[in-house]
Amino acid sequence: MPVKAPAREQIPFRRSLARLAPEARRIIPRLVAGLGVGLSASVLAVLVPQVFRAIIDTLLRAGATPSAVVSAAVVVLIMGVLEALLTFLRRIFVLDPATNVEASLRVTLYRHLQLLPVSFHDRWGSGQLLSRAMTDLNMLRRWLAFGAIYLVISITTVIVGIAMLFTISWQLALIFLAAAVPISIYSFRFRRQFVAASRRSQDQAGDLATAVEESVHGIRVLKAFGRSREALENFTLQAEELRATEVTKARHLAVFSMVVTLLPELALGTGLMVGLWLAATNQITVGALAAFFATAAAVANPVEMSGALVGMALTAKTAIDRHYEVRDEPVSIADPKEPRRLARPRGALAFRSVRFAYEPSRSRSAERKDDGARPVLRDIDLELVPGETMALVGLTGSGKSTLLQLVPRLYEVSGGSVEIDGVDVRSLALSDLRRIVSVAFEDTTLFSTSVRDNVLLGASTREGPEAEALLQEALDVAQAHFAYSLPEGVDTRIGEEGLSLSGGQRQRIALARAIAAKPAVLVLDDPLSALDVATEERVEARLRQVLAETTTLIVAHRPSTVALADRVALLRDGVIDDVGTHSELLARNSHYRYVIASLDTAPRDLDSELEAGDLDDLEEAR
Amino acid sequence: MSHAPRTARGTSRPGAPEAHAEDDVVLSREESRAVRRRSLRLLAELIRPVRVRFWATLGMVVVSQATKAAGPAIIALGVDRALPALLHGDSLLVWLTGAAYLAAALTTAGLTAGYVTSTAKLSQAMLLDLRVRVFRHTQRLSLDFHEHYTSGRIISRQTSDLEALRELLDSGVSSLVSGILFMLFTAATVFLLDWPSGFIMLTAAAPMFALARWYQKRSQVAYRASRVASARLIVHFVETMTGIRAVKAFRKEAENNEVFGGLAEDYRKVTARSIQLNGILQPGLVLIGNVTVAVVLLVAGLRVLDGTLAVGVLLALVLSVKRFYQPVADMAMFYNSFQSAQAALEKVSGLLEEVPTVVPPRDPTPLPDPRGEVRFDRVEFGYGEGPVVLPEFSLDIPAGQTVALVGATGAGKSTLAKLIARFYDVTSGAVMLDGVDLRRLSTTDLRRAVVMVTQEAFLFSGSVADNIALGRPTATRAEVEAAAKAVGAHDFIEALPEGYDTDVNKRGGRVSAGQRQLISFARAFLAAPAVLILDEATSSLDIPSERLVQAGLAKLLAQRERTAIIIAHRLSTVEIADRVLVMDGGRIVEDGTPEELIRGGGRFAALHGAWRESLV
Ligand SMILES: Nc1ncnc2c1ncn2[C@@H]1O[C@H](COP(=O)(O)OP(=O)(O)OP(=O)(O)O)[C@@H](O)[C@H]1O
Ligand SMILES: Nc1ncnc2c1ncn2[C@@H]1O[C@H](COP(=O)(O)OP(=O)(O)OP(=O)(O)O)[C@@H](O)[C@H]1O
Ligand SMILES: [Mg+2]
Ligand SMILES: [Mg+2]
Repeated sequence: MPVKAPAREQIPFRRSLARLAPEARRIIPRLVAGLGVGLSASVLAVLVPQVFRAIIDTLLRAGATPSAVVSAAVVVLIMGVLEALLTFLRRIFVLDPATNVEASLRVTLYRHLQLLPVSFHDRWGSGQLLSRAMTDLNMLRRWLAFGAIYLVISITTVIVGIAMLFTISWQLALIFLAAAVPISIYSFRFRRQFVAASRRSQDQAGDLATAVEESVHGIRVLKAFGRSREALENFTLQAEELRATEVTKARHLAVFSMVVTLLPELALGTGLMVGLWLAATNQITVGALAAFFATAAAVANPVEMSGALVGMALTAKTAIDRHYEVRDEPVSIADPKEPRRLARPRGALAFRSVRFAYEPSRSRSAERKDDGARPVLRDIDLELVPGETMALVGLTGSGKSTLLQLVPRLYEVSGGSVEIDGVDVRSLALSDLRRIVSVAFEDTTLFSTSVRDNVLLGASTREGPEAEALLQEALDVAQAHFAYSLPEGVDTRIGEEGLSLSGGQRQRIALARAIAAKPAVLVLDDPLSALDVATEERVEARLRQVLAETTTLIVAHRPSTVALADRVALLRDGVIDDVGTHSELLARNSHYRYVIASLDTAPRDLDSELEAGDLDDLEEAR
Repeated sequence: MSHAPRTARGTSRPGAPEAHAEDDVVLSREESRAVRRRSLRLLAELIRPVRVRFWATLGMVVVSQATKAAGPAIIALGVDRALPALLHGDSLLVWLTGAAYLAAALTTAGLTAGYVTSTAKLSQAMLLDLRVRVFRHTQRLSLDFHEHYTSGRIISRQTSDLEALRELLDSGVSSLVSGILFMLFTAATVFLLDWPSGFIMLTAAAPMFALARWYQKRSQVAYRASRVASARLIVHFVETMTGIRAVKAFRKEAENNEVFGGLAEDYRKVTARSIQLNGILQPGLVLIGNVTVAVVLLVAGLRVLDGTLAVGVLLALVLSVKRFYQPVADMAMFYNSFQSAQAALEKVSGLLEEVPTVVPPRDPTPLPDPRGEVRFDRVEFGYGEGPVVLPEFSLDIPAGQTVALVGATGAGKSTLAKLIARFYDVTSGAVMLDGVDLRRLSTTDLRRAVVMVTQEAFLFSGSVADNIALGRPTATRAEVEAAAKAVGAHDFIEALPEGYDTDVNKRGGRVSAGQRQLISFARAFLAAPAVLILDEATSSLDIPSERLVQAGLAKLLAQRERTAIIIAHRLSTVEIADRVLVMDGGRIVEDGTPEELIRGGGRFAALHGAWRESLV
């Protein structure tokens, strides 16, 4: 699983909470108002019995009239209505702020995720991200709207209650207070354990969501190999881990609940005996004894509740931590401070001593190897003149796709630079750069919208006759005329939520999308791999016209694709081994012949430069 | 029942994105009753295996409530009896009451800890059960279902919907039980004290009931809407994160922000709506309770003046009536989480009720030793209710034959291949393996006999070795390596930082597209089935690797009689084929050995010619 939470130092509760400050500042007045109203409602609830007592005293007095009873009932009624009103108001006060904070954190997280570089997304499963965007923030909202306020009310009640206990009898109050010492010591330990467990459970829940996501996206493979059972077993194991963590968490909570229930009660039990003795020795009155116990019961209640409330607060804390962990990830590929603009990009593309290494994976045993950061691209020098079409040829895994993705800055070079019209791509605004450069990936990604929107995704206009013409042209170049015969033509929804297409159809839509953007630099990663020979030929014929003015870097595995290009660059061992026309390379470069030539009549000595291992395999293969 | 489990095809009209019956919020009366029944049934099914624990937990709650209630009684006893005794120099009763109080406290605390743990165990067991059920069911559901339901929705069922249920299970039950108990005791007290007041208290039940009904109706809709909104949000989220490269490359961020902002706001609104409803219910209940208290006070007070009621009783009455309504807030919370969980269960049970369109037979015909003869008998096929993709045709592929399937994109090659793997069932006719209808084979037999490498090479996060071993989970590391060697993947795997144990990251992002294909290929190689289907399994490979793969394939096919169906646009693959089928517009238009077809001068000859041309 990606992103197993490493054992991290626990962030203190206050610091976690403080992170919310910018979001919370706006809502604090309303939260405080909610708290005030909540406190008044509690006070009112405490006062009502006093009113009863007063009324009864009146009734007991001789000469009470029915009107006294009526007015007493009216007072109780008013207080009751007031209580209901306050309860209502508390929710009104807190509702909007809590849900607003939730929604705004969610949207901010989403925005941030879209800004984070591809290398971040390589590492993080979408389930893990999702759990942070949904479950965690739901918890936070609930805590803000409910848990936090109750926590404050409870604490206030306890403090006020203990103060009152002291006014009744300091001896008994001290006994009661003595229980607080072990509780606070224990709560310290509880907090540490519970936070750790809750962190683990939230992480595991995220991983579980990732597992679900994978099992659904990989359903074809699982079905093709009949491996649903194994997938289920793995999933069950993972789900059981989560269950175990949840139960551990509950156990911590249970023990804490037990401690906070038991200790005050033990103190009260002791207090009862001491109190009886005090009363017997006339140090306090019986009435005071009764009052002490009534008040102590009122204090014990919120203390007992504190288990759940503290648990909720700590869970919310974990949610905040997890949220900000993602928010703290640096946006390492961002707009420069003072972006330069290319008024009229010509499309001269150059790689200058480009070096690139993928971030070493942060998996458990990553330290084992020498940081794992072997550069995929070591020293790339390559220049494309405007309008040129350059084919990029190399063995599987030689780094072609990696090189292409450096152009729109999906990854950042580790050394050297990529330049367009002599300007480092890092000094262009990302949106400008990606308007200039358009890509067709080797794995086609279509979105759940109409064919039209998918194709016009990168286009300058989306509506109007101009867009229509653009769409038509792009579909024509990519030979994707089939789109018109879909049930609703180009308005048919495709992608995950729409109609499924065949592999070649998807690829052609993706190609059309790259073309419709009318870029100055077009980057195509093996864009014809899923096409049959005849379609490929037609696409190429049309592409050739389009590509005439567009600088194109195209990954090619087949000679037929290479035929599109003016020149060919051969990538080998992280460097550009050779550049030239197809026939030049064929004539002078044996590695090129090895990579691209598939005729059986290929000269035998072609393989002479191969590494011994390759040769053996090849030999074996023949 | 109007909400019959819709066949997946029925509602998934292309171009009508929100056509999910799932996403309906306002249901007709019968529909609403049906989904409610369905979700309650699911809840009952989940409780059944843990019912002993369920009752035990309830028992603990009851006893702990009782011992808790005993506390004040013991104190009263102490003040009333032990104190006078102590004054008379008899301290025994003081010790006794003290001990009793401590015992009660100990029991309460112990049981509280007990039921907190037990509730968690209970709820976690039920959640685990449900998770596994949903997972198993989604795995069982056919591809046509997955093609329209979307992964995001399934994830939302498995995450946020289950979360709603969890909330109910975790917090609701104990507060409900203790609340009910408390109310029962108090009500009994009131009736014993003075039945007319008890009667007044009961009449208050009518408006409460009406309020609860009102709330139930509205909140059901609100919670249902909230489930739908959250699912939409999740679907969009997952789509963005899985397609992040394209999002960035085509500057879709701003547009996405807007869409997501809208969805998040929708979700916020429906959430706020459901909280609002609860915000009316709870104060409403408080209000009704308080009014009742006032009425009881009025009536009883007047009766005190009449002299028909003692003043002491009056005090006890109003205090009890007041206390009677104390747990109402908790119960409102419970009702709230119950409504929320029910809406979630509606969705989950809806998913569980989806019927796979491709089902294994009840009493399968065993096929222990498949030879690999494939026959299409007057087969016709179209996806769902869409147009016919493969018009009626018959085809015989004898065991051991290597068949190349070529043709224009969209011709129906993958479709034909997927029929052999029984990803879909034919619309009419039958596909047979060794003379047995595929629909008569058990899943195990079918998957042992037929394996398909699909067009998209999907890797799961996990090690390379795990991914290859998916072909045969019992394979040893040596066998895994042998398979990798056979397809020429061994060298690059060894070169990875941790060799076969390297994590390929999500979706195999750690390795290149061609490497992904090699690993998928090794997987199929390891499975070594009687019928091997390769759907453009080498499209992203360079020519030398492709050659290696082909050599490996040739060896695998020569090993024993094995049928292979190879779809490839690069005709180099075709050279190892015994037979070529050319497809066009869903029909097989040419059929013969490569030599025959080339000599015959038809489409294949033209394709082949063009392909030879392109080579160097
Ligand atoms: N899941 C699906 N639901 C509906 N229609 C589909 C589905 N899959 C494919 N189609 C349609 O069926 C037709 C045949 O598709 P198929 O995938 O069999 O083509 P193919 O010959 O494999 O093409 P390619 O070479 O591009 O992979 C196409 O028109 C396609 O749009
Ligand atoms: N996200 C990643 N993290 C670490 N290493 C990676 C990552 N992506 C690719 N690699 C490694 O970098 C090398 C180059 O990969 P790349 O995808 O650029 O190859 P390619 O030339 O496009 O191959 P193909 O022809 O198969 O598409 C491969 O060895 C691959 O294993
Ligand atoms: Mg690549
Ligand atoms: Mg196909």
